[in-house]
Amino acid sequence: MTMPFYVSPEQVMKDRADYARKGIARGRSLVAISATDAIVIVAENPSRTLYKISEIYDRIAFAGVGKYNEFEMLRIAGVRQADVKGYSFAREDVNARALANAYAQTLGQIFTHEMKPYEVEILVAQVGESPADDELFHILYDGTVMDEEGFTVLGGQSDQVLEALSAQHQAPVDRAATVKLGATVLAAPDQPPLGASSLEVAVLDRARTRRAFQRVRGPELEAMLAP
Amino acid sequence: MPFFAVGSDPGPSFVDVLRRMAPHGVAGSGAPDVGSALVDTVHGTTVVAIRYAGGVIMAGDRRATAGMSIASRRIEKVFPADDLSGIAIAGAAGPAVELVKLFQVQLEHYEKIEGEGLSLDGKANQLAGMVRANLPAAMQGLVVVPLFAGYDDRRGMGRVFSYDVTGGKYEEADFQANGSGGVHARNWIKATWREDITRDEGIDLALRSLFAAADEDAATGGPDLVRRIFPTVAVIAADGFTPVAEEEIITRATALLGGREEGAGL
Repeated sequence: MTMPFYVSPEQVMKDRADYARKGIARGRSLVAISATDAIVIVAENPSRTLYKISEIYDRIAFAGVGKYNEFEMLRIAGVRQADVKGYSFAREDVNARALANAYAQTLGQIFTHEMKPYEVEILVAQVGESPADDELFHILYDGTVMDEEGFTVLGGQSDQVLEALSAQHQAPVDRAATVKLGATVLAAPDQPPLGASSLEVAVLDRARTRRAFQRVRGPELEAMLAP
Repeated sequence: MPFFAVGSDPGPSFVDVLRRMAPHGVAGSGAPDVGSALVDTVHGTTVVAIRYAGGVIMAGDRRATAGMSIASRRIEKVFPADDLSGIAIAGAAGPAVELVKLFQVQLEHYEKIEGEGLSLDGKANQLAGMVRANLPAAMQGLVVVPLFAGYDDRRGMGRVFSYDVTGGKYEEADFQANGSGGVHARNWIKATWREDITRDEGIDLALRSLFAAADEDAATGGPDLVRRIFPTVAVIAADGFTPVAEEEIITRATALLGGREEGAGL
């Protein structure tokens, strides 16, 4: 008769966290920055069709890094949750905090109970009246939630990108300058900023009355990145 | 959070998600059996949709009735469905407004889940399913018959769809009018509609047809000069759904008053 080996809970959690981190580190990074007229989200993503950034609700966006099918599942669950809530109550009752909490619960549950943890990091962003009212919730693979101020970095080389961004970011600037900043910090150190063909960019426009989410692409994006 | 097994995933259908998560919120499910309509519920009356050179014009009078009483003088019957389409309602106001709300969320939900909006035909078919789901309530007297119109950006033209209570969807060639005064409005439009009418002519035609309907039908509200209440009008063209400003409607309506539909010269 075979006996199962004893593995301490600390070891189990550490192994799971290492597994998830390794999966995320293989992917590319993403930054979200509050600008004067919008929240700008910039991701390194060569695909034109498989999005990392998308719309959840009127003033709320979602972004994910890591394993595509896993964050896509989370995105769809978020859209469903927000739409059902907005339909049952009122549109203004849908907010990023409740959604971030729901994601944290879900990811925490999966981390401890499932065969393998999700290899994802996600962002729930809600645009406010001014940059000070913006909300950026950064949620990790184990359900840890971080309420970030001004900007946040998700994904593979996040330490290096965060260091570059902290050094270069001061007060919020307009969206074109913010997109340029994102393209600069996502590039490897001492490399030129990433070009339009390897970027996915979206904004939550402060001025729009209802659906604030807009993708920035093609000539519009190239114009913003022009030196 | 709402996760579903692969085989039973509702896909981009908001109605199916709602049915699983909040069944009481779905119109038509668990409708109380009240026999035939025992109570005088609020009814909206006449709406029109007219195709013009650049798209479609939708308009509705402002009256809602409950039996022989006027329930509202200022009800709105024309709503945006999404950026490029609109929905106008006639029939029982309660379920109709609920239907509009559900339809708006459905179109937006589909677009977010799929990353791309539905085609105009897709939207029209979706609405047919929702009208069909209301059939049990319709058999009890709570009839909802919407008009759906939009700008088809794949064909570059405006299109108009009408429905019956069973969810039957019929594409109209050029125009349609619905509700108790619909016959009068439709005849008025039929007499003067041309293929090449402009936006301004289309708005005038919509207003005149509603005045004509109000002239013949007790449940349709005519222009109310004392309270300054006039029909609501929206234009749907390549640049989207635009409600016509109230000042423009007042100016146009006032200029049209006293014409043939008011009995002058007849």
